[in-house]
Amino acid sequence: MPVIRGIVSPAMSILGTRVVRTEDPVFLTRGATYTDDLTDERLTGALHLTLVRSPLAHAKITSIDTEAAKAAPGVVAVYTGADLDLEPALLFPAANKAMLRPFLATDTVRYVGEAVAAVLTEEHWQGEDAADLVEIDYDPLEAVIDLKKALSDEVLLFPEAGTNSVTSMHLGKDDPGDEFFADCEVVITREITNQRVAAAPLESRAASAYWGDDGRCTIFCSTQNAQSARDEVAGWMGMDAKNLRLILPDVGGGFGAKIGADPEFALVAAFSKMAGRPVRWNESRSENMTGMVQGRAQLQTITIGGDRDGKVKAYRLDVIQDAGAYPRLGVVLPMFTRMMASGTYDIPKVWSTAQVVATTTTSTAAYRGAGRPEATQAIERAMDLFADEIGMDPAEIRKINVIKPEQFPFTTKGGAEYDSGEYAKAIDLALEASDYTGLRAEQEARRKRGDAVQLGIGVSSYVEITGGGAFVENATVEVHADGTVTVLTGTSPHGQGHATAWAMLASDELGIPIDKITVIHGDTDLIPKGAGTMGSRSLQTGGVAVHNAAAELVDLAKQRAADLLEANVDDLEIDKETASVVVKGVPGSKSVPLAELAAAEELKVFHEWDGKKPTFPFGAHVAVVEVDVESGKATVERIWAVDDAGPILNPLIFDGQRHGGIAQGIAQALLEEVVFDPDGQPLTATFADYGIPSAAELPSFDLVTMETPTPVNPMGYKGIGEAGTIGSCPAVQNAVIDAVSHLGVSHIDMPLTPVRVWTAIDAAQKEASK
Amino acid sequence: MIPVGFEYSRPDTVDAALALLAEHGEDATILAGGHSLLPVMKLRLAAPEMVIDIGRLAELNYIRVDGDEVAIGGVTRYRDLVISGVLAAECPLLPAVARTVGDPQVRHRGTLGGSLAHGDPASDLPAAVLALGGTVVLRSPRGTRSVPITEFYTGVFSSVKEPDELVVEVRVPRTGTAGWAYEKFTRRSNDWAIVGVAVVDGRVGLVNMGSTPLRASATEAALAEGRSVEEAAALADVGTEPPADNAGTPEYRRHLVKVLTRRALTTAAGISAPGA
Repeated sequence: MPVIRGIVSPAMSILGTRVVRTEDPVFLTRGATYTDDLTDERLTGALHLTLVRSPLAHAKITSIDTEAAKAAPGVVAVYTGADLDLEPALLFPAANKAMLRPFLATDTVRYVGEAVAAVLTEEHWQGEDAADLVEIDYDPLEAVIDLKKALSDEVLLFPEAGTNSVTSMHLGKDDPGDEFFADCEVVITREITNQRVAAAPLESRAASAYWGDDGRCTIFCSTQNAQSARDEVAGWMGMDAKNLRLILPDVGGGFGAKIGADPEFALVAAFSKMAGRPVRWNESRSENMTGMVQGRAQLQTITIGGDRDGKVKAYRLDVIQDAGAYPRLGVVLPMFTRMMASGTYDIPKVWSTAQVVATTTTSTAAYRGAGRPEATQAIERAMDLFADEIGMDPAEIRKINVIKPEQFPFTTKGGAEYDSGEYAKAIDLALEASDYTGLRAEQEARRKRGDAVQLGIGVSSYVEITGGGAFVENATVEVHADGTVTVLTGTSPHGQGHATAWAMLASDELGIPIDKITVIHGDTDLIPKGAGTMGSRSLQTGGVAVHNAAAELVDLAKQRAADLLEANVDDLEIDKETASVVVKGVPGSKSVPLAELAAAEELKVFHEWDGKKPTFPFGAHVAVVEVDVESGKATVERIWAVDDAGPILNPLIFDGQRHGGIAQGIAQALLEEVVFDPDGQPLTATFADYGIPSAAELPSFDLVTMETPTPVNPMGYKGIGEAGTIGSCPAVQNAVIDAVSHLGVSHIDMPLTPVRVWTAIDAAQKEASK
Repeated sequence: MIPVGFEYSRPDTVDAALALLAEHGEDATILAGGHSLLPVMKLRLAAPEMVIDIGRLAELNYIRVDGDEVAIGGVTRYRDLVISGVLAAECPLLPAVARTVGDPQVRHRGTLGGSLAHGDPASDLPAAVLALGGTVVLRSPRGTRSVPITEFYTGVFSSVKEPDELVVEVRVPRTGTAGWAYEKFTRRSNDWAIVGVAVVDGRVGLVNMGSTPLRASATEAALAEGRSVEEAAALADVGTEPPADNAGTPEYRRHLVKVLTRRALTTAAGISAPGA
């Protein structure tokens, strides 16, 4: 297997080696310390917050009676919106300015699970009893669930907005219309759904707050980015961010849904001030399944046109994005979807629009991939539909249309500037690894025999954006007199292994072993700046910052050692065996340990790295599924993944990200969907109903290595956090449809559950027998 | 996700449990494995005032041959069914069905009597006992009575069991070498069945095809008349009222039950399935 190394590392470099994660022993034995596990003395005597949440999707609140609740055992206070000194907030700047979210609903509720009242109790368990006693009268309004109906504005969520439209992108502006496809021999159009999914991290949302005598507030919370969450909460509370400190204990997964602050963080801080005591909050799983932001939720219309020789000439993507009740980060998803609409392909004409609409459901935001998987799913379905129509192999049509290596850097019609890639090669690697030709032969044999269990083969080619949101990140590296090192990072690991990875980067420069290096994150007093961990950004921003800071620290050490060693700075280097500054090429000469320099004077470097651009990881997946055509059940048998994110820092962590990513992609393809009934009641609010997979539903993953560096940063790194999800999901959907395409099925919406697959087969066969 | 407050008692004998049950009546509920009860209590869909824990009553934990039947104590765990040498020899359907319930944690907690008493039409064991033609033994301070499983259920989560009665034993026939099979169809390995079909000795029990576990009577009759497996299986949905939910439409379940019945009958008859 060809391996392209971006960086020629010294023979003994720790970079690129399979270092076991230093954080794992604690996670795997005594367990981590999550926000709700904290026994910090500053939270002594804390009250417990329980929120009373709306059981209706859309209703007027006609009365709230808290008297009985106030008299319940352990209750210290019961608050409603009328008690709050928090103004309703616009949770995403680009949203319709009238779509403000109250921190506790006062007049109207707009989704099941919206907070209406708050109960503070001495003990956690007393909260639900008291919450049951808060009497709220509702006057039901019509729920708004269907996206097209929402766009009709028949029922408005925010009458003062005059529309349910949150924002729109390029709608009606220079729309090319049917002319766009005039020169195409074949044009196919199809509406497809990229269904709403729940992140469902193991640790649900949590926050605790206390106010110091100095008037400063400290919030311990679970988020993916302490610094921006601090700024958000400060904004909501109308206070100076300097007076707010966020501290992140261990964070048990986020997947995008913990980006930024949740309104509950401000509630915890506000109630702590009002009650004059610390306040703790940790939502239940039931609350999490309606209260935490959800992902995807796009209705897409894809139109693809081209010639029978396989050349795609025009592609159009029209997106309706479900924002949920109160627009949040979901508003931005279609921006990424539009930017990445044409995927890995060089398509002469590309047009896209997006309409974001509010519905009486849980708000939407980022979920592993955040806008890019939606683009990939659409174009990869479109390529298969086109291939099916002209009778061409799906792998072949992709290779005909992908951008060629000599075309980089390549600017897409959507405005993305692809940095580096070898898309056809990734496809070839996946085809070769999977014995694609052999798989097709097996498929043909099963079709000829009419087996109950048919084989499906799905191909995906993908490119995505990492580090797309924030290009700047900082790191501080300090060597101490005892020879240990502290690394402060503005990234915010919640499963990604930064404690190990950042230590490896520092160790490689300093020659100090990783067990002497401590990585600290997520305390806004210690690390006032930082953009956190999301969008697979951390390595190419925060990791590069650590590398650069450590390299600068070596330069500083050499300058200080020059006098002591009576040598020119240029003649000095770090001896990585001893973590000492030595004279180059003079074995046994005098040396100065870094620790000794640190003992004499603080040896510390702050570095801020600005990559200025995102990077574009890419790859190709081949999925093989078996579909029992009698029952409709699809099972993923194998998946071969080529995921190229530049040079690999730690293959163990890299592959772990791919495993988790692929699992979530398969899960969306086959199992997961957040469902609301027409009244807006969630039907998937428990893990019995919501289709999170277990290991039993997943195959072993076949990972193929490919490393193409980016020119965007000195290490050549791109991000790997979301690639697996983006590549696997379309490969699996395509595979399932491929398994039953000979029965007349051309498309099935996700999740490809047994009932959906069987219904599609049944409908196709009824159609055929007409 | 925190239950309404309740009293908890763990009596040492069946008699003591029955006395408590009689004392508290409908305010009390029996806790055995807890895997059905505790989730609904945490969701506050159930709020018993008294929880009587019988899960550790050794006198209700047994599997033994008794005449033509195998007698199984009410709090015998699924795991005990799975590993039972007696059942493997005398009634192999039951351990095979128990093996499909939930995950290892569930199987180490959940009990046969609990599953039957709870009466979830989507549960595996009630339909298996129905296919076996078993008997539920109920005891109260008023005495002991045996109810054929065919007469036990009256609706979703409801049976002829009185509030003061406890499922102390389940009796199933010794089916020995008679052909058997269980076809459980799920999305995920540890889900409830979308549809399940238990076959033993020409009898067919259906999971999740109505408000109670059901027998596929038309299929059984067709088999008795000597009709083919295919013909008999095609009648598996006769008399059923399958539910509609996220996992499937009634129409889908009607289709699925025929497929699964055909497969189960085929396996039970010792014929290798076509295309398998």
